[in-house]
This record gives sequence, C-alpha cells and structure tokens, in this order.
Amino acid sequence: MSNTNKPRRTAQETQAIVERSLKRRYWAERRFRAYGLTAIVAALAFLVYLFFVIFSNGLGAFRQTEIRLDVFYDPEVIDPAGTRHAEDLQSADYQALIRASLKKKFPDVEGRAATRELTRLVSGSAAFALQRRVVADPKLIGTSDTEWVLASDAVDLFEKGHINRSLAEAERPLSDQQLAWVDRLIADGSLGLKFNKTFLTRGDSREPENAGIWGAVAGSFFTLLLTLLLSFPIGVAAAVYLEEFARRNRWTDLIEVNINNLAAVPSIVFGLLGLAVFIGFFGLPRSAPLVGAMVLTLLTLPTIIIASRAALKAVPPSIREAALGMGASKIQMVTHHVLPLAMPGMLTGTIIGMARALGESAPLLMIGMVAFIVDIPKGITDASTVLPVQVFLWSDSPERGFVEKTSGAIIVLLAFLVVMNTTAVILRKRFERRW
Amino acid sequence: MEAAQAERAGINLKPSGRMPEEASSIETPVETGKTVGNIAVDDPIFSCRDVDVFYGEKHAIKKVGIDIGKNQVLAMIGPSGCGKSTFLRCLNRMNDTIPNARVVGSILLDGKDIHDKKQDVVQLRARVGMVFQKPNPFPKSIYENVAYGPRIHGLAGDRVELDEIVHSSLQRAGLWEEVKDRLQHPGTSLSGGQQQRLCIARTIAVNPEVILMDEPCSALDPIATARIEDLMEELRQSYAIVIVTHSMQQAARVSQRTAYFHLGDLIEVGETDRIFTNPRHRLTEDYITGRFG
Repeated sequence: MSNTNKPRRTAQETQAIVERSLKRRYWAERRFRAYGLTAIVAALAFLVYLFFVIFSNGLGAFRQTEIRLDVFYDPEVIDPAGTRHAEDLQSADYQALIRASLKKKFPDVEGRAATRELTRLVSGSAAFALQRRVVADPKLIGTSDTEWVLASDAVDLFEKGHINRSLAEAERPLSDQQLAWVDRLIADGSLGLKFNKTFLTRGDSREPENAGIWGAVAGSFFTLLLTLLLSFPIGVAAAVYLEEFARRNRWTDLIEVNINNLAAVPSIVFGLLGLAVFIGFFGLPRSAPLVGAMVLTLLTLPTIIIASRAALKAVPPSIREAALGMGASKIQMVTHHVLPLAMPGMLTGTIIGMARALGESAPLLMIGMVAFIVDIPKGITDASTVLPVQVFLWSDSPERGFVEKTSGAIIVLLAFLVVMNTTAVILRKRFERRW
Repeated sequence: MEAAQAERAGINLKPSGRMPEEASSIETPVETGKTVGNIAVDDPIFSCRDVDVFYGEKHAIKKVGIDIGKNQVLAMIGPSGCGKSTFLRCLNRMNDTIPNARVVGSILLDGKDIHDKKQDVVQLRARVGMVFQKPNPFPKSIYENVAYGPRIHGLAGDRVELDEIVHSSLQRAGLWEEVKDRLQHPGTSLSGGQQQRLCIARTIAVNPEVILMDEPCSALDPIATARIEDLMEELRQSYAIVIVTHSMQQAARVSQRTAYFHLGDLIEVGETDRIFTNPRHRLTEDYITGRFG
C-alpha cells in the first residue's frame, strides 16, 4: 500500500519486455496471413480445376460434326402426284433423298447392307432437316443444292477424337468400312465441325447429336421467374411485418424459430410436400414450372425472410425516429425510408435464394420435372424440365455423346447463373445509398 | 456506508474527494409530485399533470406536472438517466414506439388530451415536431429532406408552393445561403451543424406549434452550437420550444424557464434566471453548482 506511487519497473525494463514480445506478435500475424493466403489459393485451385474439367469436356458440345451432301430434291420422291399439299410434302420419304445423295458420293457402294451402313454415317434427324426446308420452301423441289447435314453420333465422336481406331472393329461404334468412308469425306473436305445450333435451340432427345438444352433453359427461366415473382414479395412482406409491425410475443417467437428451422429442411422434403399438396390435393399439372416454382418458393422463402429481416435490422433507428417524428405513419416510414435502405440487403438475400433455387434438382424430381420432355415449354403449365435436372438426366445416359452434353449443360447453367447474379448486382448497386 | 447508499440510489460518485457533501445532498428528502416552484404558466400550450412513465417494471417518470408556455423556451436539465428525455418523448408520444413503455397521467395540448382515442398520433406529431440528439437527415437530397413533411401531410398544392416552403424553411433555419446552390446534394453530405439545422428546417417545414429538442447540440462544436442557439431565439417568436440539455450554460442562455429532473422526479421549475441565481431545492443547487451530475 505504502509504495504504490513508485513504478514497479523502470522505463527501460518495460521497453525490454515489450521488445521481446514484439517478435512473437509479428510472427503470429505473419502465420495468420499465410493461413489465409493458403486457404484462398487452395479454394482458387479447386475452382480453376473445376472450370478446366467442365470446359474441356463441355466446349465440344457447342460444335457438331456435319457432312456436306449434294441433295437433289427429286419430285418423284417428294411429291410424285404433284399436288404440293403440305401433308404430302411432310409425309414424303426424305431418307431416300439422303440415301441417293450418299450413293452419288460413293458410287462404288453396292448392296443393301453396305448402303445401310453408309446411311448410318448421317444422323436420323438429317431427313427431318430436309423436310423442314422443303415444307418451308416448296420451290426447292426439282432443284439441287449443297446441304450440310448432321452426322451421326458415332461420326461426331470420331471427329472429336473420342474413338480410338486402333481398337478391334467390334469394340468401336464405327466399322472399318465406315472409317474408310469418313476418311474419304474428310479428305475432300465434306466433313467438318460446325457451330452446334441444335444444342442451343432444341429440346431433349434420345440421340446425343439431336439433344438440345433450350427446353431446359426455357423451363428454368419460367420456373425461376415465377419463383422470384412469388418469393420476393411474400418474403419481403413477411420480413417487414415481423420486423416492423408484429408485437414481440410468444407467437412471433414461435414463427421466428420455425422460419429458421425451415431454412435447414432438406430440399427433397419440400418436393414431397409439393407432390402431396400442389399436385395431389390441388390437382395442379405434373412436371410444370408452376408447381416447380411453388416448391422452390417454399425453399427460398426462409432465406429471403432471414436476410430481409437482417437488412431491416441494420437500418439505423435514427431514420425511423426521424420519419415518425415528422409525423409519417408507420407504413410511410417503412415504404419511404426503411425499405429503400434495406433493399440492397434484401436483394442480396434474394440472389442467394434464387441461386439456390436455380441449382436445385431434388425437389423437382419429386414433382415430375425429371420426365423426358422433347417439346420446348411455352408457358408455366407446360411439362418441362430444368437445367440441373437436365444435367442429371444426361449424366445418367449411357451414350458416350452425352458426356460432353452434360458438361455443355453445366456451362449453360453457369452462364445462366452469371447473367442472373449480374442483373441482381446491378439492381443492388442502383438501390445502394449511403447514410 | 454513505457511498454505498448513494450507489444503491443510482448516483455516480465521480470525484471521491467531495463525497461527504454529496452524500448529504442525496439525503435531502425527495417527495414525489412535490415540485418546488410554480409549475403553471398563463395560457399554456402543453399542460401536464401527474405523468408517470414505466418501462416494464422501471418507474422512469414519477408524477411529473408542468406547463409549457407559448413563445418561450423551456430547458430541462438533470443528470443522465433522470428521465428528461423520456418526458420529452411523452409530449409527441414517441414513447409509443418503445415496447413495454407505458405512459399514464394527463398531457393536454391546447386543452385536449393527447392520449385521447380521438387524437391521431400522426396529427399530433405534425403539431409537435422533434429534433434529435444526433443529426439524422434522411439519406435523400437536401430538398427532399425539407419537402418530405409537407409532402406526406399534403401541405403544398403544387410544385411552386413546395419550393416556396422549402425555401422559407431553410431560410428560417439559417441554412439557405449555404445550400441554395446544392439543393439536390444528399443531406448527409453536410457538416454536423448544417445537418442539425437541416433537421430543424425539416421540422419547421410542417409548421408545428411546439418543437422538442433532445440535446440538439451535444454532437456539435461551439460555433455550430452558437448558431443553433441563435436560431432557437428566433424560432421562439413563432413556436414553443422544449429543449433537453446537459449544458447548464446553454440552458441559461436560451431558455426562459428551466426544469430540473432528478431520478424521475421533477425537483424544481422556475424562471431560468431565478433557478440559476437562487435555486430553492438542495438538489438543484448541488447540480447547477457542479457538485454532481
């Protein structure tokens, strides 16, 4: 007690102690920085690897092997009666035109078996392409034209280097004879890789060369648009009510706990719920974006509500007091001041929710969006599938050609995600205000 | 022993050397509802009697009665936590926004109870404006800040009239010359003192009858404070002003009447000159002579 006025150490002693600890403190900081850097590098490396694998596999899907044929639109084959009726034009045997063109190219091929093998170089859908051209423009009949037609899946794989010609004949999809023809086609420039319009504009197909992503893109678009239209207003309204208007009591506590729990419910449970309630009870159509969007709304609502409430909580109370002090009613306070300030945070929550909804496949399997659907959906009640489910479907297909389609679909899915998030970020920047 | 008592009573004993005197002042009996001085004025705008405020179990204001006169400034002083801000917030029912807060007693504005069922709280706040401790302009342009009140209350018929209200409000708040060339700049880009004057302009744009100020200068430097004080003297010609302040010099400079609060009790009310020269209650004297608080 008596000598509390006297310092325990001299200034020099204190300095020495501080100096000794300095090294250790700086070392701790350097160590921590190294940990952080390692973590970031590791994460980036995984990301780069992932992108490399996806792009190296998937870029091939955007190009497709085609064969050049000199097609003679033979009136005898297409329209022997000369009626030019659309029905007659549609039901004609266009495969015969392709067969004739191929034979012209390879006059040495004889016999039915050899001819069949030759026609197998060309995709079965090539005849439909000719049919579409003729129906669109009947004047073509009787003329000759050079057409690039879709090659078969096997030729496409060979052209992209996925078929090893040193394997025994029985172990590869192309026979020796077919390989020889392909070599001749390549030699005279009649076979090459073209931009794959089919992949970006068509629906699903059992043949890899005819399979397109557009059906799934349209399905995803309708589903997500509807999810956004449902979940954003409902989520924001729920958050605003709970945060600004509801009294704190046991009921609101109960609701809050349940919202937090819902965020952790496995997504497939929501799918089962959708199946039982929306399809089973309300009788809404199966496989439809409408039902998919309702299920995904249930899934994203907790995320949006939680993020929106956090955003509302972050608005300084002084702004609320200022508005109320001016004589603004509560709803004016919310709509004029609180909501605009909370909007960026709410949009962030919505982006997270929508990104999750875009990548979700499990609940959609439950409500039938996993069906094989060739037609491109034109509305929210048409049967459709979505991008992640399309990826799942194709990854499950045995044909080798679907491998690159799967990766191609993932690239489209990622592009979709990037476009969506960019839009949201731009929107958020617009709303952002400082106070 | 005495220190422990004082501590239990919630008094912060800062300089230990003065303890005995302080303890003695604390022992002066405080009788709830027995305010020293004349609480009534002629022709009051606000007339409060037996006002109690509870925050849950806490009894924050005890049987306070006071009148607020027209065209004068009433200063409310007292140590932190004495309830002066709480009382101020009763006058435009801002305590409604605090869960668990309960106000009882009669608060008459122009003879009508503000807690009456017929009294709309939005209308009340249009009549009783408020300026807060921290300048809190809306994150909008200077123009929009001032135009907000007239807009929501529909006070301006057209754009020209609105412009006129904004102009005159900024003029009366002494801010027009400084901001006339940048009305579209955000209100938050102004300095602290300018922001507070913007908040005052925003309040008077609604043309209220009373302006409540909750420590309006505590975040400002002396020059900005002086400007606000000059402004209050001018505004007093048209409005009744109630100001909560921690600065006794400020209370002495700007107010005509002063009320001293202590632990939820209104200890003394009187003419400002009288309170500062000749306080009648022991607690008031101790506070204004700087013995505690």
